[in-house]
Amino acid sequence: MKFEGLSREMIALRASKEIKDGDYVNLGIGIPTLISNWIEGRDVILQSEIGMLKTGPLALGEGVDQDLINASCQPVALLPGTACFDIVESFSMIRSGRMDVVVMGALQVDEQGDYAGWANPARGLMGVGNIGGSMDLAVGAKKLLITMEHITNDGQPKIVKELTYPATTEGKVNMIFTDLAVIEVTPKGLLLKEVYPGLTPEDIQSVTEPKLIISPDMKEIEL
Amino acid sequence: MDKVYSSAKEAIADIPDGATIAIAGFFTAGVPRVLLKALIAKGVKNLTLACGCGPLVGAPEELAQLVKNKQLKRVIDSYGLYRSASKGAKDPFEQAVRAGEIELRIYPMGTLAERYRAAAAGIPAFYTPTGVGSVVEEELISNIEDQRKKKETRIFLGKRYVLEYALPPHFAFVHAYMGDREGNLRYRMTARNFNPIMAAAAGVTIAEVENLVEPGKLAPDDIHTPGIYVKRVVQVPRPKFAITID
Repeated sequence: MKFEGLSREMIALRASKEIKDGDYVNLGIGIPTLISNWIEGRDVILQSEIGMLKTGPLALGEGVDQDLINASCQPVALLPGTACFDIVESFSMIRSGRMDVVVMGALQVDEQGDYAGWANPARGLMGVGNIGGSMDLAVGAKKLLITMEHITNDGQPKIVKELTYPATTEGKVNMIFTDLAVIEVTPKGLLLKEVYPGLTPEDIQSVTEPKLIISPDMKEIEL
Repeated sequence: MDKVYSSAKEAIADIPDGATIAIAGFFTAGVPRVLLKALIAKGVKNLTLACGCGPLVGAPEELAQLVKNKQLKRVIDSYGLYRSASKGAKDPFEQAVRAGEIELRIYPMGTLAERYRAAAAGIPAFYTPTGVGSVVEEELISNIEDQRKKKETRIFLGKRYVLEYALPPHFAFVHAYMGDREGNLRYRMTARNFNPIMAAAAGVTIAEVENLVEPGKLAPDDIHTPGIYVKRVVQVPRPKFAITID
């Protein structure tokens, strides 16, 4: 069963509301990067693991400088107060727990808060894949948010009891934002907090492998 | 002390078959492409290229040529493959990795940064929390089955950490915005990335610089890589390329 849900931009908008003013934030490739469109003008500082703090918006036309890119290899702009530094400095601040919020995409998340995002066995690369900065970011994050589609293109649940894909990290995910729901990872299990307007908890459960706990305050997703 | 060589060809003339060469750069930013082209022209084989985050993904023409010439034995990286599976299927490097002709060893990016830092600092190994709870904790990730090795782990104050080793390359190729004749270097914005730490980690560091200046033109406080780490300097034109990866 495939349900209508939020667009990728709207998943990013909903996740952006979990970021507080004053936070230092790192956004992964894909839906997380779209969050930068929704926090412009707010007192939030984006770190880019290539070696930049206070990363500016995407640069266009004349503003493009080949020596100024983000970690997704997109040209970006400077802001007043932008700092550039080398990779050791960048990963020291990441690994030592300075990132208030890290937002990543995922191939799978399980009910223990483990997530998989770096290797898709279906690609058949004999176990190798692109890890990039994901494992350092996940291990160092004070708060780890996942943004993703609720199910795969061929209809399989991405929220599972146990990961079947290679893990990025274990037990670190705090919240999951999908096109259909907002779910918190708690010691007792996955807590369903918000659903796409018109959907029921039973609908969400039908496309989610582990048993969901329905929050007594469950509501429709508000943007 | 004048470390300037007249050409990239001359600056890499003593690189032998089987060398391990650190290649700086992060995707398209700060990649030493002139030195890579000289390496292709020289034709040395059986090379290990020690990378940080996809400098070869950011230099696709050079990578394709290195693969075509069968110069590569092994690539070490955190992000060595195209993101797009369809583009990867057509990529000669990925095909060689699938065929087992080139060994690809994968590490988390921050672990690679720290492996170069340890080499630069004279530290043989270190414990890191990165990768705990993933296959990185259990083994070296490689496409060649018999290269996969178990890693040591240890518990400090109730938390598990993975033992990783220093990675000291024989040579390093780095790209700087400005350098003087004595090898002091300055990088520009996010083109800095892996350049300073690889320069410090390698036995012989060769720097291509866009702007070659006399000693004294770089202010003491503006030097990112002190000249002691750099053996050779070669001036190159400012590169022009498309900023994109798939």
